Amino acid sequence: MKRLLMLLVSLSLVAGISGCGPSSGSGKNEVELLNVSYDPTREFYQDFNRQFAAYWKKKTGETVTIKQSHGGSGQQSRSVQDGLDADVVTLALSYDIDAIAKKGLISQDWQKRLPENSSPYTSAIVFLVRKGNPKGIKDWDDLVKPGISVITPNPKTSGGARWNYLAAWGYALKKNKGDQAKARDFVTRLYRNVPVLDSGARGATTTFVERGIGDVLLAWENEALLSQKEFGKDKFEIVYPSQSILAEPPVAVVDKVVDRHGTRKVAQAYLDYLYSDEGQEIAAKHFYRPRSPKVAAKYASQFPKIDLFTIDEVFGGWEKAQKTHFADGGIFDQIYQKK
Amino acid sequence: MPKPVQPAALVRFLLIFAALIFLFLFLIVPLFAVFSEALKKGILVYIESVEDADALSAIRLTLLVAAISVSLNTIFGIATAWAITKFEFRGKNLLITLIDLPFAVSPVISGLIFVLLFGAQGILGPWLEAHDIKIIFAVPGMVLATVFVTFPFVVRELIPVMLAQGKQEEETALSLGAGGLQTFLRVTLPNIKWGLLYGVILCNARAMGEFGAVSVVSGHIRGMTNTIPLHVEILYNEYNFVAAFAVASILAVLAIITLIIKSLSEWKTKRLLEAAEEEQ
Repeated sequence: MKRLLMLLVSLSLVAGISGCGPSSGSGKNEVELLNVSYDPTREFYQDFNRQFAAYWKKKTGETVTIKQSHGGSGQQSRSVQDGLDADVVTLALSYDIDAIAKKGLISQDWQKRLPENSSPYTSAIVFLVRKGNPKGIKDWDDLVKPGISVITPNPKTSGGARWNYLAAWGYALKKNKGDQAKARDFVTRLYRNVPVLDSGARGATTTFVERGIGDVLLAWENEALLSQKEFGKDKFEIVYPSQSILAEPPVAVVDKVVDRHGTRKVAQAYLDYLYSDEGQEIAAKHFYRPRSPKVAAKYASQFPKIDLFTIDEVFGGWEKAQKTHFADGGIFDQIYQKK
Repeated sequence: MPKPVQPAALVRFLLIFAALIFLFLFLIVPLFAVFSEALKKGILVYIESVEDADALSAIRLTLLVAAISVSLNTIFGIATAWAITKFEFRGKNLLITLIDLPFAVSPVISGLIFVLLFGAQGILGPWLEAHDIKIIFAVPGMVLATVFVTFPFVVRELIPVMLAQGKQEEETALSLGAGGLQTFLRVTLPNIKWGLLYGVILCNARAMGEFGAVSVVSGHIRGMTNTIPLHVEILYNEYNFVAAFAVASILAVLAIITLIIKSLSEWKTKRLLEAAEEEQ
């Protein structure tokens, strides 16, 4: 029995020692960045980080290691505010970066520091339906028909879900010539057809794709194209609605953290590289719409032209949209509770 | 009276049968599914998934966090059980109630408590930041969360054992001139060793499998603050099912090893008790 206890003790010691192993090694020519991102960018940044590391090594001789953290955009923003040491944040919507800026971690004018509203790539909200489109879903109007089951995550927690919600609202608003009451009625009817609200975009995709729930998934175009690639074109089809919202996922350097780590230069270069031809190309490969006209032309066949409106045009920016629609007691709470 | 026996035997058979079916459906089948999914694309893919740098780091971190929290909880557990069973003091009942608190509180809530305490916006946050101490989103926070969640396991195992044994042996040792430490090492510890081992094993199993509390304080940085359960979730969300199940199977293997050690210790305790009874 003594031997058994000894064994346990030595096992835990071994575990302890081996656990301390790899944290060493921050020599002069090595630098580490933490990129805190949202859910559907996992595959994209895996690829991008590898190329950026090679580019940075060639340019400066420094070895850069980029650590990734992924989760729902709002939750990730919260973690950074609570002290998660992100050198850069690449989130789903600017409201989540604004929230970090409000805590003084990022300068208030962050969105003007990089081109294109600090969103190096964009996406649109589209519909993913099952093969053959058995319910004949063609446009937003089909989603509010009785008997259609729509999958979309919870706008209170998920950035992607907020884009979905605003896309529907914007469509109804345009169709009814700016009548807010009619738009509200449309969105209410839409959410009546939602059987389950997942907390994040990836969770909603899993619900639709793997668990086989629902007739149509409201998704980021990149997420829809990715599921099609992962699970085969013979299982799912993408439907482009007549109008949708231009989703602009923004990026920013977290000033307070890079100044503490001394990583501002490499963090800035990391974000700049997103705008380079190479970076734009990787984004396009991972189904994000590139900003660069040159790269966009090359991938034109992958991204059908659709009529896209922006949040600033229709809702007057995120701050306002957030307050009216998603704050506690806001319109979403009212229409979802009435159910 | 052979008649009443027969229905009883039938009932017994049905009950055992139902229990076995239940066990099979809810334990054996899922366990088998984990391994079959993990090996779906062959042993090479399996090994590749487990040898992945992020997976290895998750395994290492899980063992580290478990080792620290189990050691701490063993010390806390013995001390608390010792105090409760061998001494009379005010507030004893309150202490007994508090021990069960981690069972009652949802792990996610306990994780959030640590964020509220140690996070940058938390009560101690500014002080920690000024002194460059990282607790949340780093290993210390994950250890704290795990210690909190697994605290009751050792104590809860020890209290009945120590109560059953009473204080006589210790009192004898003390009256014969043994010191406090000597009494503890030579009288108390040998008496509780199997119960202690059982508690430690349970505590360890829970520590390695903890998801909720750790998820809240981890920050999900791959290769740095991901434990096995968190890594499984990430892989699954990345459509990387084979790797997810491969890493999950490692957790399952750890659980099975735990189970075997647990059965051994139970069997040993039983034999010791029987031996003691025979002596009397």
